[in-house]
Amino acid sequence: MGGRHERRGDGALIALTRRYRFPAAHVLRSERFSDAENRRIYGRCAHPSGHGHDYGLEVTVTGPLDPRTGAIVPVAELDELVRERVLERLGHRLLNEDPWFASAVPTAENIALAVRRELGAALAARGAARLARIRLEETRRNAFECGDET
Amino acid sequence: MADDRRVRLTRAIDFCSSLRYALPDLSEEESRALFGPAARQHGHNYRLEVTVQGVPDPATGMVIDLKELKEVLEREIVARFDHRDLNRDTPWFEKQPPTPERFALVIHGLLREALGDLLHGLRLRQGDDLWVDVTSGAETAP
Repeated sequence: MGGRHERRGDGALIALTRRYRFPAAHVLRSERFSDAENRRIYGRCAHPSGHGHDYGLEVTVTGPLDPRTGAIVPVAELDELVRERVLERLGHRLLNEDPWFASAVPTAENIALAVRRELGAALAARGAARLARIRLEETRRNAFECGDET
Repeated sequence: MADDRRVRLTRAIDFCSSLRYALPDLSEEESRALFGPAARQHGHNYRLEVTVQGVPDPATGMVIDLKELKEVLEREIVARFDHRDLNRDTPWFEKQPPTPERFALVIHGLLREALGDLLHGLRLRQGDDLWVDVTSGAETAP
């Protein structure tokens, strides 16, 4: 498991993962490429009208337990942070219109990296909890992870 | 590592408990303000996935007899927590609330005691959308 997860006095490492969902549309095409190249690289995903997914988003945090609340970060606070910073921003949207993807194609890789950047900074500003990993399921067949290895 | 013959195996158990988030120095009202709805008594379906690691015994071919692991989990976890109240029926949540993190560490301590170095780690799932991983960490590089 991730060696950078929070190590406790007894040597144990602890991490909490919460799963969320959001539906969103995207088109995979880049202005760097011609129409023919976009079709060749992205296949069906380049269809200009767009398509969409029910994304599954897993957010893993690690850190010391708060001595009073007994939590790395209280789940209600994590839910609120993720809702505000990610789910409301990306849910029921065309991802290509979001500034996060102004110069990056909204592939699942780039979505995962953008979410990690946003939540990583938000958690760092908030307190001791650290974002360890993002896992994004685009379909039941495809999942993308960034951050600590498991 | 070609000569690392250690194998990890995972067994899962399910149990159900009730709980509430509270602190000894807080009134009911203050607990509600700090913890929200979790301050009321409620319940969860837990699933515990326990991973043990070791080199299979050359004679039996097993890391651990699954029957023995099943008995340990029954005795240490199910008998203590299934259809019980974590606050009223166990001694671990008087000073801190039974958050999934705390609960997972309590379980890890009990299983570490019972299984020793065989215990590699555990995942405690609370419902479908929340889980805590605890890795024993003795053999992982920092």
